[in-house]
Parts: sequence; structure tokens; C-alpha cells
Amino acid sequence: MNKLVLDSPSIERAATRMAHEILEKNNGVDGLCLIGIQTRGVILAQRLEKIIEKISHAKVPIGILDINLYRDDLTKVAEQPIIHKTEINFDLDNKIVVLVDDVLYTGRTIRSALDAIVDFGRPKRIELAVLIDRGHRELPIRADFVGKNIPTSDNEIVHVHFTETDKVEEVVVAQK
Amino acid sequence: MTDTPKAKTEFRWTRKDLLSVEELSREEIELILQTAESFKEVSSREVKKVPALRGKTVANLFFESSTRTRTSFELAAKRLSADLVNFSSSASSTSKGESLSDTAKNIEAMNVDTIVMRHSSSGSAEYLAKKLKVGVINAGDGIHEHPTQGLLDIFTIREKKKSLEGVRVCLVGDILHSRVARSNIWGLLKLGAKVTVCGPPTLIPAKIEQLGVEVSYDLDKVIKDQDVLNILRIQLERQKGAFFPSIREYAAEYGISKERMLKAKKDVIIMHPGPINRGVELAAEVADGPQSVILDQVTNGVAVRMAVLFHTTMVER
Repeated sequence: MNKLVLDSPSIERAATRMAHEILEKNNGVDGLCLIGIQTRGVILAQRLEKIIEKISHAKVPIGILDINLYRDDLTKVAEQPIIHKTEINFDLDNKIVVLVDDVLYTGRTIRSALDAIVDFGRPKRIELAVLIDRGHRELPIRADFVGKNIPTSDNEIVHVHFTETDKVEEVVVAQK
Repeated sequence: MTDTPKAKTEFRWTRKDLLSVEELSREEIELILQTAESFKEVSSREVKKVPALRGKTVANLFFESSTRTRTSFELAAKRLSADLVNFSSSASSTSKGESLSDTAKNIEAMNVDTIVMRHSSSGSAEYLAKKLKVGVINAGDGIHEHPTQGLLDIFTIREKKKSLEGVRVCLVGDILHSRVARSNIWGLLKLGAKVTVCGPPTLIPAKIEQLGVEVSYDLDKVIKDQDVLNILRIQLERQKGAFFPSIREYAAEYGISKERMLKAKKDVIIMHPGPINRGVELAAEVADGPQSVILDQVTNGVAVRMAVLFHTTMVER
């Protein structure tokens, strides 16, 4: 049984608020850049970028990160690991990097992403923006910007669906 | 961690070995090419290393001399954080009379994960793969196949021409002794390219057209239709059998000269697996010219070998 937790307008409102919070915390767009984690983190990053541009009339650089090669369970994943592209075409040294993902769960993806980012440079600061924080962390990682906190149990799955990838716009919680 | 469902595919890479392109399905070839695209980016980074194969060990076992291929595999393994050891036949115990399988079993006993082997005997890679639990990557076995060269050629063509479907590729030169030609033919046909082989009749294997390629002995006749000219090296070391009257005559008939290039398509690309015999199969002006993608092949070779090492080494043994 699927439980709808965010519909399309709520996702939009959450993203807008997160964009405002990112600008507020960092005093504008100076030195700011966004890096989305494949696949849906990239879409969320693109949306945040658009909203930030609308609010502050300035463009922030945006990058794409695939963390598969940095996973700690790469040899154990059941499905064929597909290595997607990483595209970070700007210098990360002394930047404020906002890492963007759709769901924050165990924290292991973010751990991999942090490893990957330091291979590209030495940012001044790395912050984390996620649409959903569902709890159950296995590592000492927390998000700076959260769209919505959703208490879940371990036998539930959070599905984030974006129009670009899934044709519908919603966040649902399903039973495993 | 994202726990949204990934695109589920039934397909999964299951080979611990890469012995030939002939044995690969179209899907498997495409997975290698797709992975190689992502790995190509790694080599352009400031820090050219990802931890994907950390803790794995790759052994280069080369019984024929090679600098390019061995170095390419070495860089590929290192950029994936694998450890690498080099064995060469002259420095190893084969020169003391040890058999191939004994040498390999000794390397296996040192808990290596993957062996990359080049050997002058066709079928040697397959022989070894059957004997060993570790993965075996064929880096050229006699005149049979050189699968990673075939895959990197295909990767380069796809990069330049966007797709392989309907692309006309002509392999020029010594098809008979060329493992590169055989790997190219299998892969290109599987991805929908149209393949012509062209060379002196003595260097074209009998009945090769049964593979689905066109055969020509007249380069000037076929050159105008080709999108890709893959020029094979005249293997001077294998030409003891008098397959053509003289090097000069070969160069005149089948060498890619500046003049001959005028007959080719404007956007034709020139490929060569190296090392080039300048002035024999390829004129210097053409090898260094704007249509040459020979150095792209070398760059792409590392990315393709990373993809091959990655997928084969990740398979559970």
C-alpha cells in the first residue's frame, strides 16, 4: 500500500524553501555551486538552480556526480552496476559545494559522494540538501537543508518520482 | 541513500574472462562501451583515480613484447586503484622451461584476481581461462583475437560517428595475420556496421566473406564509400612467407597516401592500432593529418580497458 507524502505542489514549495535557505545560510550566491547525485539528485539540483536564479538573478555552477565507483558495497550489489557520467566542469577549490540528493537514508551514498568530491578539489565547505530525510542513519551525517522529514520504518521504501524520470511528480512511502 | 527503484534490467555481466569479441553479445559490448564513456572522464581529472577496484590485484603476463597494450592495461588498473604486477616472459621462469599453465597457476596461487595475457599462440587465453579460477583477459593471442583493441576501435568509431548502425568500415592490409581485424569484424557486425576487408589476395583468409564482410582487392575502388579506414600494420615479423613482392609494391597498392586520401570521403576517419610503419601502410601526412584519430584510439584504450577490468574483476569467483 502506497502512502502519498508529497504531491507536486508540495514538492515545488519544499524546493523553493530549500533554495531560499541555501541563499540565506550562504549570504547569496558568492562561491556557491550545486552538485547533484545521479539520478534524481541531479534533477533536484537543476530545479534548485532555476529557483536560485529566479530569486537572486545569478547563475550558480551545477555539476553531476555518479558515486557508484566510490560505494563501499560495490561488489555486493545485486543488480548490474551502471556507471553513469560524472560532470564537474568547474573548479571546486574554495567553493561552497551544496551536495544534492533526493533521499537521505543510511548516509552511505553521501559518504561516497564526499570521497568523490575531494578527488576534484578542496571546497571551502560542503553542505547537504535532500528532499526527504527518512532517518535510519548508519554514519554520522546530517543534512543542512531538508524538504521534508518523514519518519519511516526499515521495511518501508521511499519513492521520489520526478516528471523528468518517472512521468509523475510525487513522493510515496511503500512497503518493501 | 537513494532508495528509489533503479531501472531494472535482466541483463547482468557474468564473465570473469574476456577472451574474444566473438563470444560477446551486443548487450555486453554496449555495456563495456557505456562504462568506458564514464571512465574516460576519470582520466581527464586532476586526480586520475577512483577506488572501484581497491584491494584487487591484476597481473600483466606478456609473452610477446608490447609497450602500448601493457602500459594501457597498467594505467587502467591503477586508475581503478587495483594493484598491478608485471611478468614478462624473458624475465620469468618460462625461459627456464616452465609451462604456461604452471606459470599461471603460480601467479594464481599468489591470490591475484585477474591475469591479462598476451601470447603468440592462438587459443592460449581460452586454455588458461579453463584452467584457472582467476579472470583472464586476452590481450592478444596469436592471430586469433585482440578483444580490447577491437572494443576500443569500436568505441572510437562510435565517439566520432555517433552510432555504428550502417557505418561503412574498411579494414585495410594484412587480414590473415591480424587478430585486431578479427576482433573488429565480430564487434562491428554485431553493432550493425558494414564491414569491408581489403588487401592483397594472399593476405585475405579464404572464405572470410562467410562472416558477413565484403572482400575487395582494389582499395581505389572501395575507398570512396568508406566512413572509416582502419589501417592494419604490415607485420614485418610475420611476412617471411613472401605474401607480396615488396614493401614498395605494397605501399603503392594499399598504402594510404596523400593522393589516395583525395578519393576518400571528406569526413572519413583514419585509424591504426599502432605501431605505424610510416610510409608503408600509412603516409606520415595522413597519420598526422586532421582525419587521423590514432591518438584518440590510444586515449580511449585506457578507458575501454578500465571498463573491461572493472566488469570482469567484479564478477564473483
